Amino acid sequence: MPIVLRCHQGVGPAVTGTALVAADNFSARYDLDRVRGVFSRPSHKLAGESYVDRILVLDGAKGGVATAWMLHDMRARGIVPRALIFNRVNPILAQGAAFGGVALVDRFAGDVTAFFRTGDMLRVDPAAGLVEILNRDR
Amino acid sequence: MRLTDEERAMLAGELGEPRRWAIAHQIEVGAFFDAADFVAVSHAHIMADTESLGEAGVRFLEGLAAAPEPERRVRVPAITNPRGIDFAIYRRLGQNAAMAALEKRAIEALSACGVLMTDTCINYQTIMAPLRGEHVAYGDTGSVIYANSVLGARSNFEGGPSALSAALTGRTPRYGYHLDTTRRATQRFRLRANPRDLSEWGALGALVGEACGSYGEVPVIEGLEAVPGSDALKHFGAALASFGSVALFHMPGITAEQAVFAGPPPAAVPIGAAEIAAFRARFEAPGDKLDVVVFAAPQLSLFEIEAVAGALDGRRVHPDTTVIVATSPEIKHAADRMGLTARIEASGAVVAQGICFYQGYAREMAEANGWTRLMTNSAKLVNILGGYGYQSSLASLELCVDSAVAGKVL
Repeated sequence: MPIVLRCHQGVGPAVTGTALVAADNFSARYDLDRVRGVFSRPSHKLAGESYVDRILVLDGAKGGVATAWMLHDMRARGIVPRALIFNRVNPILAQGAAFGGVALVDRFAGDVTAFFRTGDMLRVDPAAGLVEILNRDR
Repeated sequence: MRLTDEERAMLAGELGEPRRWAIAHQIEVGAFFDAADFVAVSHAHIMADTESLGEAGVRFLEGLAAAPEPERRVRVPAITNPRGIDFAIYRRLGQNAAMAALEKRAIEALSACGVLMTDTCINYQTIMAPLRGEHVAYGDTGSVIYANSVLGARSNFEGGPSALSAALTGRTPRYGYHLDTTRRATQRFRLRANPRDLSEWGALGALVGEACGSYGEVPVIEGLEAVPGSDALKHFGAALASFGSVALFHMPGITAEQAVFAGPPPAAVPIGAAEIAAFRARFEAPGDKLDVVVFAAPQLSLFEIEAVAGALDGRRVHPDTTVIVATSPEIKHAADRMGLTARIEASGAVVAQGICFYQGYAREMAEANGWTRLMTNSAKLVNILGGYGYQSSLASLELCVDSAVAGKVL
């Protein structure tokens, strides 16, 4: 039986993919090299990791408004995360995910960076407000 | 969300495709944040730099601009955040013709929708300051936090698509900082020493921001010895928003609203000179060859421009160092007229208008010019540029200028 975790209703399509997890925050402008498709900020816990097609599991949003446009452009260029799972986002991430058609959910009962592990196979269903862990049962 | 007859008509496409897209986008965001309904906004401030838009974003704007004029025209005054290109100097900065061409397309599309190209993040200092209680849709975190806190206006962080939507519909979903309950204070900080210059105000904002770390936190800062001034709170707020994603702060006796906690106030966290010095020390690199000095983020006020001119008077920037001063078109014109631009540029520095450094393809500029070591008095800029491959140092305006003349970090 897959593990099912409930959250607030999100935005974007239902998707399945592999998790990349860190107890850190996120901004497309502050943290990413959007040409090479990797985390480029040296102090970020995912520095050097490719984010393309991964389901990013992170704590929260950083400052800055650029992510609201950038996710849309990143999707058009095929270098976008498949989904975003956060403890709590700010309006910019929600606006950017809605505009860019990227799956985004937040507001779980506990800390998502502890629930999920890098390598987990996840199904994210924003409309239903749930995430399933498909490859482990505890 | 509860919708009025007019909002339902927009959603049905009866007022044209641009307004249908806009209100559909706003409803999706509003539902995410449990907004009950919409609130009218007096004006919108749209972030639309082409580095963020990309080709896909510019094409999207061009699609809106292709609609019939009555359907694409914004409903409330709409202004813009800094662009990425100053056409007068972009080649000198290492930007290229393709970037400039994309910028021109974005400007044409936004202008066709009736957007006023103010190209500034200091709209509250240069265009029009909103009043207490005025609902607006601002698209720069620094302008949002200043408007909410210093002026008592009401805005969430409205990214480009959402601020443009607000301009097209004349409203925004009523959630977050449009609500009284969200504006309650949540954390307290007490100053043991007051910042001495703008870089220290930014450092203070960064420290409070790191301690808060969430859009829902509303810090109260106590212990100010004097009224800081607009530029000080501009740098403080910009850094607080950048480091902490914070959109509202209170300084009792100075900012617009009374600081009200939902329950008993928490214990105050002390911040003094040692904490501010330790923050700046994270970025120290004395003796390093200095590639570029940037005064921006936020764009400079007229008073800041005058201070830069005063520090550079009669001096010459080192030939291996570039100094960039970024301000709004309004302030640039004033600086031209008052001779400030000429004084600054006589040193070899360049004054840019309508852009901000980090919104102008900072990574590509670094690669084109071979820049690595940057120096600035903006804590916000230091925070942003790490991901762009820069090694940044934070220092006072005077030390930045002295270092630019020496060609190395002092």
